[in-house]
Amino acid sequence: MVMGVKVMEANVEARPTVRVPAPTLEAESAPEARELKLSATDVNLWYGQKQALFDVNLNIFDRSVTALIGPSGCGKSTFLRCLNRMNDTIEGCRMTGKILLDGEDINARDVDPVQLRARVGMVFQKPNPFPKSIFENVAYAPRIHGLCKSKADLEEVVVKSLQRAGLYEEVKDRLDEPGTGLSGGQQQRLCIARAISVNPEVLLMDEPCSALDPIATARIETLIDELKKTFCIVIVTHSMQQAARVSQRTAFFHLGKLVEVDDTVKIFTNPADTRTQDYVTGRFG
Amino acid sequence: MTDIAASSLPVFATKAEISKRLRQRHAAERRFRAYGIAALLFGLIFLVVLFTSIIGKGWTAFLQTSVHIPIYFDPAEINPSGNRADRDELFRADYSKLARDALFKALGVGADDKPARRAAGSLLSRGVDLQLRDAVLADPSLIGQTRDEWLLVSDNVDAFMKGSIDRDAPPDRRPLSDQQITWIDQLTAKDMIAKRFNTGLFINGASSVPETAGLGVALIGSAYMMLIVVLLSVPLGVAAAVYLEEFAPKSKWSDIIEVNINNLAAVPSIVFGLLGLAIFIGFMGLPRSASLVGGLVLSLMTLPTIIIATRAAIKSVPPSIREAALGVGASKMQVITHHIVPLTVPGILTGMIIGLVRAIGETAPLLMIGMVAFVVDYPKTPLSPATALPVQIYMWATAAERGFIERTAGATIVLLLFLVVMNSVAVYLRQKFERKW
Repeated sequence: MVMGVKVMEANVEARPTVRVPAPTLEAESAPEARELKLSATDVNLWYGQKQALFDVNLNIFDRSVTALIGPSGCGKSTFLRCLNRMNDTIEGCRMTGKILLDGEDINARDVDPVQLRARVGMVFQKPNPFPKSIFENVAYAPRIHGLCKSKADLEEVVVKSLQRAGLYEEVKDRLDEPGTGLSGGQQQRLCIARAISVNPEVLLMDEPCSALDPIATARIETLIDELKKTFCIVIVTHSMQQAARVSQRTAFFHLGKLVEVDDTVKIFTNPADTRTQDYVTGRFG
Repeated sequence: MTDIAASSLPVFATKAEISKRLRQRHAAERRFRAYGIAALLFGLIFLVVLFTSIIGKGWTAFLQTSVHIPIYFDPAEINPSGNRADRDELFRADYSKLARDALFKALGVGADDKPARRAAGSLLSRGVDLQLRDAVLADPSLIGQTRDEWLLVSDNVDAFMKGSIDRDAPPDRRPLSDQQITWIDQLTAKDMIAKRFNTGLFINGASSVPETAGLGVALIGSAYMMLIVVLLSVPLGVAAAVYLEEFAPKSKWSDIIEVNINNLAAVPSIVFGLLGLAIFIGFMGLPRSASLVGGLVLSLMTLPTIIIATRAAIKSVPPSIREAALGVGASKMQVITHHIVPLTVPGILTGMIIGLVRAIGETAPLLMIGMVAFVVDYPKTPLSPATALPVQIYMWATAAERGFIERTAGATIVLLLFLVVMNSVAVYLRQKFERKW
């Protein structure tokens, strides 16, 4: 299946979207109605001699939020970074197994990681805007990928991205001011705007709210809810409440192994594995 | 269990002991602060001593005594053939005779008083010959006219005018006779002798006569070399640092290269001179004394400094910026050129200036490649023979004449000014780039 932006947008309109009222737990739609976006098969990963992931098998569906939870060092961030090959940049990191994006192996020889990262955007734990203006932060990715022909195009993309990230109203009068001068929550939304500026298909979020206060966190969560209408979102989080609030499916990692993956409601109410049970009820972690 | 958790931990020291320890800790801090201030004062005192000594000795070098006398450009002497186009004849004429005659007239020295004529003639610098010749060659219509000219006086008269020769000393202990001093007083009374700004110091080339010796050739040579060093070692050094930091696989080889670069920065500069002599002159056949070779040698010397500074700057770029750029799909090269290098510009500039300042003050390697030469003419290209500022200082420092002593200090002031200006530019640039968030 060839995924184009146009196709995705058409689908958005065709399908009625159900908003999950936070914080109640409610499955968005039946699993069989979901479209498979990413699938990981037998993923093993080593940092040097140390194995960090063991035989991870995980399906991730389009236009929904999948949360990866688990105690520190369980490999959830590592797995997330496999999905856009960010681990390539780490020396001594080795991976086996298959990760398919729309049925294509992302680790295949002919897949350019640079191109892949335009399709699979990423938001990091700590807000990390470039030390450039707000405009330049968002304009950077479309520019390097050559998506815009004219300055007007670029401006449109920047404004739209900022609007979708819910930041435009706050910064529209100061687009040429440094992005690093914004508050933490605003910076993180700027990073989201930057990530979605190239119309990615998948958005990876590595604990996007861990450095933010509760109000900024709530804003980001609302935003995630909004963005999942368009994107396939995978979010790593330490907060089980957050996972319960924003995600439709939850995967629980422990010691590098995927223990359990299911609908979020099920994970938090009736998990199959006792370790999941212990973790979500706060008995360890 | 609960008992241990609830009870406080035991304390084995008495209150007095604890407060004594606290006093000791504060005293240590005060002591350390005092050491710091003492070290700073020590450094400042030496700086002040250095500057007062050099400026005190050197400022007179920026002034040069001249006599202002009417010169009759005698056609019979300069151009007996009458052919003004015969530049060879104009070139060989005895101009010092014109100057001497004019001085004798001004001092009223008789035509047959040979000893007096010799004593009066020695008041003038040997450089007046060239001064008048250059004036005539520049404008042959002067011949046959009388014009007031500023003529250089000899080293001793200059020293006397600047107060370095004591007029009350016994005649056999000073280089000027009583008669000569009387003449100088006459000239002073008639307002015909004066200390003027010494432009020759900046434009003249090498000379065995201190009055006409200048830094012209050395300044041009140093400028050529700095240009070569900047053009060669900055791009090479930055590229090498970026490669080593971003691309080179971590292996035994890259470790060896890293250790060697660090060692290279500590190699004595004279070794670089020997290397330059062997490779650039011996093997590649480049000319001796050329600023090109000097620049190449100094580039080799500066490279490690720039590489080390740039690598440190690259290492200090937060990894989050790198991840952010990679995360939106920037290629490695784009991450480097769009994000890493712009953020390292202040560090690169610092390394560059440290390297350049070291290079401009470097003497030893230049001695090895023959830049310690008596060069009179301006070097037209970097391949022409030239000297450098510190080498000129070294050469003047070995001369005995009083004029050279003050010129040594004067040239040192010029060199220090160069360094101050370069450092200020670096600080300005660094702050300008750092202000960019």
